[in-house]
Amino acid sequence: MSRISVEVNGERHSAEVEDRTLLVHFLRESLRLTGTHVGCDTSQCGACVVHVNGKAVKSCTMFAVQADGDSILTIEGLSKHGVLHPVQAAFQEHHGLQCGFCTPGMIMTAVDLLTRHAKPDDALIRHELEGNLCRCTGYLNIIKAIQAASQAV
Amino acid sequence: MYPASFRYWRASTVHEAEQMFNSASDPRYVAGGQSLIPAMKQRLANPSDLIDLSRISGLSFIRRDGERLVIGAGTRHADVAASAEAQRAIPALAHLAGLIGDPAVRHRGTLGGSIANNDPAADYPAAVLALDAVVTTNRRNIPAGAFFTGMFETALQEGEIVTEVTFPLAARAAYMKFPNPASRYAMPGVFVAEHGKSVRVAVTGAAACVYRAAELESALSGQFRPQSMTDVTIRADEFTSDLFASAEYRANLVKVMAQRAVGSMLSSRNG
Repeated sequence: MSRISVEVNGERHSAEVEDRTLLVHFLRESLRLTGTHVGCDTSQCGACVVHVNGKAVKSCTMFAVQADGDSILTIEGLSKHGVLHPVQAAFQEHHGLQCGFCTPGMIMTAVDLLTRHAKPDDALIRHELEGNLCRCTGYLNIIKAIQAASQAV
Repeated sequence: MYPASFRYWRASTVHEAEQMFNSASDPRYVAGGQSLIPAMKQRLANPSDLIDLSRISGLSFIRRDGERLVIGAGTRHADVAASAEAQRAIPALAHLAGLIGDPAVRHRGTLGGSIANNDPAADYPAAVLALDAVVTTNRRNIPAGAFFTGMFETALQEGEIVTEVTFPLAARAAYMKFPNPASRYAMPGVFVAEHGKSVRVAVTGAAACVYRAAELESALSGQFRPQSMTDVTIRADEFTSDLFASAEYRANLVKVMAQRAVGSMLSSRNG
């Protein structure tokens, strides 16, 4: 067991974790932040993407103890005062989700890519989304939503 | 999926990491963990102790040193891909870094971790071998040609830690990769580098370990153009056959990727 201290969505949390606890399980089970999903659990699907120190990572492929001292942003921390983040609003507006399972990871990945590429073209968005799978195959509207968000951000 | 239990240690210096390693029964180093953690989750790796190298200061840097580019072992793939210094010095290397895994994997994975793991289909080993890089550890310098020794095997000894890799600048270089559509691993990837009059061609994702394709190198030593390789027979007897590609298909892809790499080197000023 290790004691870790992390900032999640602006709030400081201190907790005892088993060293083998994956970051995604710490977020979902200890902090009850269930917006971050476990899809494939094998680093492929991207449903578990969160930001650690401002960078998108797969929280199923990192131990909670590795994040000790870090700052984490999950899908729950994106909206401010009840107002959706521009990427969330664009997904809603452009029907960028069907079943919604991949959506938290898609949105966290999209927010990350828009911080690195202000005006991405479709090819770049597709390249950047290669670590996120949508089993509804709703990619066209996801790309449309990210394009729209890039105008709004 | 949970891995077996282990104890986690965070090292702040290379020396401390080595001490932690020496006092544990079955330890493993972890840097980005993008290969090791999935292997632990599948219980293919069950270390007693996990020693985290990622917080050691001074292992993450990209530095131009005359006709060489030196990259710290802890440097993340995303940082190499986005580095103006790397793009200027060896554009093919920055390009390769941007093709590894996906953006989230590139934010965690490191150069040192990739080459120490030596996955048969990893991208970096092809660049290290074709560019004739030197791998520096906490104990010695290891030339690329002696570093990659077999499937998931390297010349690294117990407890040895890669600290940096020195890449000589190539006159021209290119990396062409046929990615597995699901995993994005090379299936295969071919790195071609021209140093003066000599040409080095390294192939990953085809056999059990990255290797230099002597038959392609000698074909290119005549006339450096894609057509020089048309009649070369790629020996596939030691190639991997799996549900994604037969050995023969991989052999064909090696030639096609090599031809595309050479084609791109000829059409761009700097590869």
